[in-house]
Amino acid sequence: MPSTANTSAMNGLIQRLDRFFDRELTITSRILIIAGVLLLIPVYLVPMYQMTLISNQFPDGLELHIYAAKLEGGSTPNRDDLREINTLNHYIGMRPLLESDFSEFKWLPLAVGVFALLALRAVVIGKMSKLVDIVVLFVYFGLFSLWSFYQRLYQYGHNLDPTAAVKVKPFTPPLFGTQQIANFTVTNMPEVGSYLMIGFAICLLIAVWHSSSHTPTETKTV
Amino acid sequence: MIQIFRKHSWLTTALVVCLSLLVLSTACKSKRKRNATQQGDVAEAAVATYVAPGDMDEFYLFSSGGHSGNIYVAGVPSMRHIATIPVFAPYPGTGYGFDKESKAMLGAYTWGDLHHPSISQTNGDYDGRWLFVNDNANNRVARIDLRDFKTKQIFGPIPNVSGNHGSSFVTPNSEYVLSASRFSAPIPRYTYAPIEQYATVYKGIVAGIKVDPNSGELSLGWEIMMPPFNYDLGSTGKGPSNGWAFWTSYNTERATGKLEVTSTQKDRDYIAVVNWKAAEKAVAEGKGKSIGGAKVIDPKDTPGVVWLMPCAKSPHGADVTPDGKYIVCSGKLQSITTVFSFDKIQAAIQKQDYSGNEDGIPVLRYEAVREAEVNVGLGPLHTQFDDQGYAYTSLFVESAVAKWKLGTWEVVDKIPVSYNIGHLCAAEGDTMHPKGKYLIALNKLSHGRHISVGPSQPESSQLIGISGEKMKLLYDAFTEPEPHYAQMIKATTLKPFEVYSKEQNKHPNAIWDIKDAKIDRNGANVTVKMTAVRSNFEPNKIEVNQGDHVTIYLTNIEQTTDELHGFGLMDYNLNVVVDPGETKTIEFTADKPGVFAYYCTNFCSALHQEMQGYLLVKPRGGAAAAARNRNSAGIAGGTN
Repeated sequence: MPSTANTSAMNGLIQRLDRFFDRELTITSRILIIAGVLLLIPVYLVPMYQMTLISNQFPDGLELHIYAAKLEGGSTPNRDDLREINTLNHYIGMRPLLESDFSEFKWLPLAVGVFALLALRAVVIGKMSKLVDIVVLFVYFGLFSLWSFYQRLYQYGHNLDPTAAVKVKPFTPPLFGTQQIANFTVTNMPEVGSYLMIGFAICLLIAVWHSSSHTPTETKTV
Repeated sequence: MIQIFRKHSWLTTALVVCLSLLVLSTACKSKRKRNATQQGDVAEAAVATYVAPGDMDEFYLFSSGGHSGNIYVAGVPSMRHIATIPVFAPYPGTGYGFDKESKAMLGAYTWGDLHHPSISQTNGDYDGRWLFVNDNANNRVARIDLRDFKTKQIFGPIPNVSGNHGSSFVTPNSEYVLSASRFSAPIPRYTYAPIEQYATVYKGIVAGIKVDPNSGELSLGWEIMMPPFNYDLGSTGKGPSNGWAFWTSYNTERATGKLEVTSTQKDRDYIAVVNWKAAEKAVAEGKGKSIGGAKVIDPKDTPGVVWLMPCAKSPHGADVTPDGKYIVCSGKLQSITTVFSFDKIQAAIQKQDYSGNEDGIPVLRYEAVREAEVNVGLGPLHTQFDDQGYAYTSLFVESAVAKWKLGTWEVVDKIPVSYNIGHLCAAEGDTMHPKGKYLIALNKLSHGRHISVGPSQPESSQLIGISGEKMKLLYDAFTEPEPHYAQMIKATTLKPFEVYSKEQNKHPNAIWDIKDAKIDRNGANVTVKMTAVRSNFEPNKIEVNQGDHVTIYLTNIEQTTDELHGFGLMDYNLNVVVDPGETKTIEFTADKPGVFAYYCTNFCSALHQEMQGYLLVKPRGGAAAAARNRNSAGIAGGTN
């Protein structure tokens, strides 16, 4: 059974939280949120993630760009990297990389849109609670996306056809960074799209910070 | 400001996380190094490969021309292409395949797939007498004489052999040229059997084609009936292992269909180990069955001739070390090269240390015959040797060459090549006394290493210096399709001549004086003895009737080096080139009426343009009939 002191401390915390969630968003915060939403829009157009495979045969590297809704190989008039990667991968029995296999390409664009709408909702309603909702959801979404992407990499490197001509030890390409896989030096890293998403998160966080340390403009002017 | 961050420590954390993510990803980006393709030390390479105008190369390089059917001759270290020796395909440049003699050699074939040239040997070293080559497509072997660099014999199709790939490696005293079936098939050849019977009815063949020690003439030697595997590359024992031959094989699964998958399921395939002296003896004793005109040994009936030896899967090269003690076999789908000990093979055969058998052929126990597994790298194919106890293995998948030490079996150096190396060729690198110094990487792909020539890209032959501890890339050369293998021989070993002397010219219809030139008619057969000399043909007018069969014996009566003459005949699809002192036979039916110039096609002299004559073909049925023919068939218009 909690003591009276503890109860009052708990009550204090709840009250403080209530006050925090009830805070009005400052104009600066609202502008920041809108800026964040503006950052989200190009996410549909630019690649989010890049894989580069360098070997003696491909000193310039085979490239693969993952967009929110599509897969695109590096492409020059002399080479279609996605086709080349799939051709090479078949020797070790890896499934071909097919857009239709990626459920991400369905839910990721939807999620980005939802975040943009939720963010605008927070701007309109102007309550800290709405903003915190998005931040929490976005963090969850970010972590889930990373986990899901890691799973994807793991599956491709582990579900190898047992009848493949060349047997390799199952592998997981790195989520970030460089790793040697057979004769390829594979480097994976986020691209512009991911940075824009991070930018969106930063805008939201600064908005939270601004509204929690500043009184909303209309009261401040009094 | 700082206060604010202190007050809201979670905010600080979030910002730090975001920033570090950004930094991390940027760091990743900066770590993305491009593998700079090895350029070699430019100045050093330039000096090492520069052969000044008028100076001579140190080595000959004979590169196989693959499906072009030719041999390409280059000099090393300059890598300059010097000559093309046509073998399995007509080559108007030297008139090959247009005269009666070379036409007869080519037979009905206009192409061959020339993979593995092999210089004749004496005591396990190149003697420079002949160059033997194989035809993977039409099951033939050919002999080039290295005194005049000409194809002298095409032997085959070899009975029963189907897809003569594991060829034309020679035994240490050129007793035999190896031959083997890459595509097992029912025997004798041209027998039908459904593909479902592949595992049981189809047969592989490994064979030795006999070489006459004096003339080099090729004839049938021995053949051994083998299980239906794909026999790939061969090599012969030398020194202590003289008398033995080795072939790699793949698809020991006896699979059909999509072999890329079906033939790569077992972790080990086999090396065929053949005691060829025993095979020779067995055939001499009449133990072979007569199949398709050849004496074929069935190992079930004649034991003691062939064994199988497990090897890392889908092996390509089987290469015997210079001392003859080891056989180096490279399983192209794994990252090791397996070294087998000849002594251990002998001991295992003595003890009958077997782990099974295939169609009655005993399989030697792997652990009993293996000397070492060398961790060379990805996709090892083929190995050559130098004069300092090192081996060099080509790595197709890794696109590199690994250098490793015989005895310690340790990889000491590796060099990337551009790109996807198949075979490699070191100076006399498959003999008992390799010369070291140079190694050629025979690469399949060359894209981006030369000014662009469109989609049809050449292969590349890269010269690598192997004198020092580290291999050095010296030169990129681009080669006609397709250098599967090559032979590099010290230039001074060859003793070519450049003029056929009267004594050497054995052609019964050779003439040596313009005065002896003449035209004889015997019914519808017209025979011409013709001379070519600067700057005329004699006769310079040949008059025949439409439908006559014309034979021209053309002798180049020059006795001066480099004075070649050509004989191009308009509209008759003929171009023959005669070298100084050479006689060739030109045969055709004069079926087109009219007047046709023949002229010298191979530039010879100041009056080369004037070196010409006319073939005058009188039409059947006189001038009126000819006019009718011309008008109705439009011959004149169609043959401009």
